[in-house]
Amino acid sequence: MEESLASLFKYMLVGIFFGIVFVKAEVISWYRIQEMFRLQSFHMYGVIGSAIITGIISIQLIKRFNIKTIHGEKIVLKDKEFRKGQIIGGFIFGLGWAITGACPGPLFAQIGSGYSVIIVTLLSAIAGTWVYGRFSHKLPN
Amino acid sequence: MNQFHEWISQPWPWYVAGPLIGLTVPILLIIGNKSFGISSSLRHVCAACVPAKIPFFSYNWKKEMWNMMFVLGIVIGGFIASFLLANPHAIVVAEATQADLAALGITEYKNLLPSEIFSWENLFTAKGLVFFVIGGFMVGFGTRYAGGCTSGHAIMGISNLQWPSVVATAFFMIGGFVMTHLLMPLIMQWVGF
Repeated sequence: MEESLASLFKYMLVGIFFGIVFVKAEVISWYRIQEMFRLQSFHMYGVIGSAIITGIISIQLIKRFNIKTIHGEKIVLKDKEFRKGQIIGGFIFGLGWAITGACPGPLFAQIGSGYSVIIVTLLSAIAGTWVYGRFSHKLPN
Repeated sequence: MNQFHEWISQPWPWYVAGPLIGLTVPILLIIGNKSFGISSSLRHVCAACVPAKIPFFSYNWKKEMWNMMFVLGIVIGGFIASFLLANPHAIVVAEATQADLAALGITEYKNLLPSEIFSWENLFTAKGLVFFVIGGFMVGFGTRYAGGCTSGHAIMGISNLQWPSVVATAFFMIGGFVMTHLLMPLIMQWVGF
């Protein structure tokens, strides 16, 4: 189903809300990621941990009470399949996460915050995604 | 109003930010049956701009426009938070981290990112090559290879009790620890800090 522009607009609003939280909690900060990997601050563990707990409770409530979407559809959750990529790719992502100080979400928020040079990091991340797509059939999966 | 502005300008603690980020999971499900994830947007850009007949990029990316609107919103949200709700004070960083970073050559704390690394002047230097180009490449390549990033696996996946997402998140962290503690000291020396 292709959605109308008006319908797509609501996702932009959620993104705006999300981007504001990212910046206000400083999770887009390179220093916060350094604190996390050096085990010198609880902040990032608190953010990720409480986000996961909120997510678990929400999904359990959706399942338990069979909550529907605003359009009345049944909510569909796909199971994740285990692949070797979660180990190898996950490890490579972690290496990049620690030096850039950002995962994909924060990259977008950093650009909006005026750190314009991060556009280069984002383009490089897009290039990395493309190279994965090009050679994925040759990689252990 | 002034008091409200003062309150909202301060950095938000984890117990406010974490639950708000977690709430994105049910909001996206309820407003449109969408699973929270951000790195897929990078794949959609590839599919829309440079598909090059690669099977991995041959799908109807227009159906995934919601994801592109979502990340556009994140850019706008970043702008609003940084220019309208900005914290007027320098970022507070743990003293132990400051000491570790000083040993590596990072001493400046005016913004959310150290300008000693993240500036246009560094683009065509060894610093730029490592932190922007290689760093970004590893983020994009790794996240797609893993089938998701911190949002898709660590938050959405674990929220849905998916054990492959727990594995992915564990390796995100292992990669980060290896880079921070084993590789970074060597890299910082190599790039000239």
